[in-house]
Amino acid sequence: MIRPAPAAKFRPGDAVRVLTTEKEGHVRTPAYVKGKRGEISHVLGTFPDPESLAYGGNGLPEKVLYRVVFRQADLWESYEGSTADALYVDVYEHWLEPAGEEG
Amino acid sequence: MSGNGHDGHPHEELRHESSPWAARIRAVEELLVEKGVFTHEEVRAQIEHTEARTHENGARLVARAWVDPEFKNLLLSDTKAACSELGIDASGPVELAVVENTERVHNLIVCTLCSCYPRPILGRPPDWYKSFAYRSRAVREPRAVMREFGLELPEGVEVVVHDSTADLRYMVLPARPPGAEGMSEEELAALVTRDSLIGVAIPREPARTQ
Repeated sequence: MIRPAPAAKFRPGDAVRVLTTEKEGHVRTPAYVKGKRGEISHVLGTFPDPESLAYGGNGLPEKVLYRVVFRQADLWESYEGSTADALYVDVYEHWLEPAGEEG
Repeated sequence: MSGNGHDGHPHEELRHESSPWAARIRAVEELLVEKGVFTHEEVRAQIEHTEARTHENGARLVARAWVDPEFKNLLLSDTKAACSELGIDASGPVELAVVENTERVHNLIVCTLCSCYPRPILGRPPDWYKSFAYRSRAVREPRAVMREFGLELPEGVEVVVHDSTADLRYMVLPARPPGAEGMSEEELAALVTRDSLIGVAIPREPARTQ
């Protein structure tokens, strides 16, 4: 953890899914992980909300940021490489929901 | 780009200077100076500061981590504290993180949304890092991208891509090349290339340096 996040909703190891919300503006969630299932790798801390900061807002309320790990094979059709290959993206909490059982 | 060199002599520098973007930046700068937000001197000093930083800072961090396991742990757990120990100014608002290459894992850094880069320790990003091609392909076909940089990884090595889309900026801690035993920290730092700190390459082998 880089900054404190006492109110973090998720913990390392939790299965999460990235929301598919269409949202205009300074959104830091890349489209290719939307709707994809991943796992919390690190709780990174609480940071000002970039979607507010970008437009002169005060960044409040702050958002908890997580490092989320995805399997490359889950992200791309016909991915070339090992099934162990992984991709990490830093995603804010309001873009994540708990993912149920795999399948 | 249309309008490029219709006199038959494309002039890279002039074209940049006279582009609409450059004109807009100049206009914004003038307005902000007029409003007293900053001075031209501060802008000039900031440009100088930005251009003075290079990947040499990153190379020093790596060389120290190769010879000092305790420092390596600090670099991986608290990158800013490790920077302070070497007198590197990383006090800005941006958080830094370092990911370690091992025999089993190779890391690659990209920012698909723009060009986020750990400037305090690596300086300005190379142009290709900001290109649409790198940004889109590094996440989807990292092994092909690395091959184009001349890096063919063994099958058994796991490729891990970090898309730095938020408040952290990443650097790779590459593995110490074979044959670098007994070298001084300064000699080791000279083996660490910029590209090896992004992950599209690995450090030079000692025999190839003078």
